[in-house]
Amino acid sequence: MAYFLQQLINGITLGATYGLIAIGYTMVYGIVGMINFAHGDIYMIGAFVSLVGFLLLGALGITWVPLACLLVLLFAVGFTAVYGWTVERVAYRPLRGSQRLAPLISAIGVSIVLQNFVQLGQGARVKPLPPMIDGSFELSSSGNFHVTISYLQIGIILLTVALMAGFTYMIRFTGLGRAQRAAEQDKTMAALIGVDVDRTISITFIIGAALAAVAGLMVTLYYGVIDFYIGFVVGIKAFTAAVLGGIGSLPGAMLGGMLIGLIEAFWSGYFSIEYKNVAAFAILVLVLIFRPTGLLGRPEIEKV
Amino acid sequence: MEGAVSKTSIVALLRDAGAAAIVAALLAFPLLGFRLVDSAQGLSLDTRLIWVVYAAAVVFAGRFLFSLARVLYEARPRAVARPKVAVPGRARYLVGIALIAVALLLPWLPFADRNIIDKATLILIYVMLGWGLNIVVGLAGLLDLGYVAFYAVGAYSYALLSQHFGLSFWICLPLAGLLAASFGVALGFPVLRLRGDYLAIVTLGFGEIVREVLINWGAVTGGPNGISGIQRPSFFGLPMVPASPDGATTFAQFFHLAFSPNHRIIFLYYLILALALATNLFTLRIRRLPIGRAWEALREDEIACRSLGLNPTMVKLSAFAIGATFAGFAGSFFATRQGFISPESFTFIESAIILAIVVLGGMGSQIGIVLAAFLLVGLPEWFRDLEQFRMLAFGAAMVLIMLWRPQGLLSHREPTLRLGGVKPLPVKEAGA
Repeated sequence: MAYFLQQLINGITLGATYGLIAIGYTMVYGIVGMINFAHGDIYMIGAFVSLVGFLLLGALGITWVPLACLLVLLFAVGFTAVYGWTVERVAYRPLRGSQRLAPLISAIGVSIVLQNFVQLGQGARVKPLPPMIDGSFELSSSGNFHVTISYLQIGIILLTVALMAGFTYMIRFTGLGRAQRAAEQDKTMAALIGVDVDRTISITFIIGAALAAVAGLMVTLYYGVIDFYIGFVVGIKAFTAAVLGGIGSLPGAMLGGMLIGLIEAFWSGYFSIEYKNVAAFAILVLVLIFRPTGLLGRPEIEKV
Repeated sequence: MEGAVSKTSIVALLRDAGAAAIVAALLAFPLLGFRLVDSAQGLSLDTRLIWVVYAAAVVFAGRFLFSLARVLYEARPRAVARPKVAVPGRARYLVGIALIAVALLLPWLPFADRNIIDKATLILIYVMLGWGLNIVVGLAGLLDLGYVAFYAVGAYSYALLSQHFGLSFWICLPLAGLLAASFGVALGFPVLRLRGDYLAIVTLGFGEIVREVLINWGAVTGGPNGISGIQRPSFFGLPMVPASPDGATTFAQFFHLAFSPNHRIIFLYYLILALALATNLFTLRIRRLPIGRAWEALREDEIACRSLGLNPTMVKLSAFAIGATFAGFAGSFFATRQGFISPESFTFIESAIILAIVVLGGMGSQIGIVLAAFLLVGLPEWFRDLEQFRMLAFGAAMVLIMLWRPQGLLSHREPTLRLGGVKPLPVKEAGA
């Protein structure tokens, strides 16, 4: 039971990061109808920018951890958002309205460019960061096995919950959220009633990149090692999470992220760590066979 | 020309370029302006902010010159109705014949050395994979992001069959195709009912699953080390070696030639050329058969097909399986050519390259695929010295070609049948 609890905590932490990235996929898919393949690499950029931010603050002499984390959060979100915006502006916007595969190929190209840009600029070696936030609560202990939840894990989960709450509020109740939902339903109609569709789409990409940057920061702190290739596998898993939850659905993305995180944690905890990715994909295939719209997705009606 | 670019428009262009330069500086600041250096003391930061200035300057100049060129181009006096450059059917046919003739003669041309033939072989592998994937993506309109999985299945089937059962390449080739096809059916049957994008992600996941299994199932696949010492192909039973160990006649002895390692290179070249042309011929012919027509009809309108009594799942499944078969053939050729395979060769980037070849070529265009394979695989091979920048340029080229020609280099989506003189309605793109 104790072991189960520990895996549950680890899985939720992992799932929180997947969920944040999955939101970027699902939002973009909902509004533009494309798989933003470069989103995983935006997350990788976020992780690198966070790492640079930490070292920069260290050089400036700001070492009080909560302040440093807050400043790095702003630093990473800001700069990563510029990446998100630029990618959309340069590589996707000119292709809006062309054949369905064109933006996908462009996105794969962007993904390759970003990976190699970071590899050339920062080197291919794995970058380690010493743990900054130590300490943990002990929830229970049976014998010599202690169930712990670290301060960092609490921070990650709380931040994710707060972001989700703010985000849901934004989509539901603000003008921007209304514009996004309108553009998602019908771009032409939304434009006719005065929604600036291009701007809405740009903001969608900026928000997606910002959330991915938060996930990147969390992972940098949590695992302490990053390299230029981390975006690929995490990107696929986050997309899997988005599809699992029902693509286009925001609560679905979060739920899907949690499920993928939990599946991965339990699979590595109870079965074999080697096949953890296989498990995640196998579950995806099963869900799609039995519930093709995902868990919370609306069934799509095809019309002539 | 001077009048076309007024002072105000120059100012506007400069302002636009300035904005681009600011964005470039913002992008470059965290990742080019600082470099993470890891040493024994841990990670430290190396400051080189001058790079940010370089990046901004390059973007400023590039953006300004590009917009200026565009303004000048658009302001130029237009000739009356430029003739549209369209390759009519007959010219296409002639280009195809010419290309095949060049390909056949290549090993005998004076400049063709071992290096060139090796590269041509590599390009042909991708041409064949592109033609195979074209059946799935171009004809049937199914987005397959895990095509490399079938390529891997083909390569490993040949390697394992020949190592454990001593089967020759020529027996393994159809078996590898068959195995790849059965993998295609096994994967396709449950997922082909899904909408296009789901199919994309499931195939992507499948590609990764196959690679992970190859890495982790060490007992069978050799794990990350792969399989080495794979048997080379023989010419109708005549091995291409300096001297046969078991006394059998070698290729050189049979034809009374002096042994040369080039024989095998040239043989492999012709082998892949034949395989690729077989794929091409198959595609061209099957497009005229009912099943080929059903693929293209399904791509254009699934609901109409359903109402005409086609079973979409079976039609898609056949395309998926046939595409997989060709990947299996190409895979066993790859294994026999390299003599060594490992999971490294079957990463997602390979699937992406093959898909990019198909889409850049203009989906459905056979010659376009050859052109795209040459651009994406051939050109980077020649620039191997710039190793580090190769992939960066590759990705950038993918984006730029898409921006320049979103419909592909040589796109034609002509229906194979047309009612007398009636122009087809413009196809409404899904998701637009």
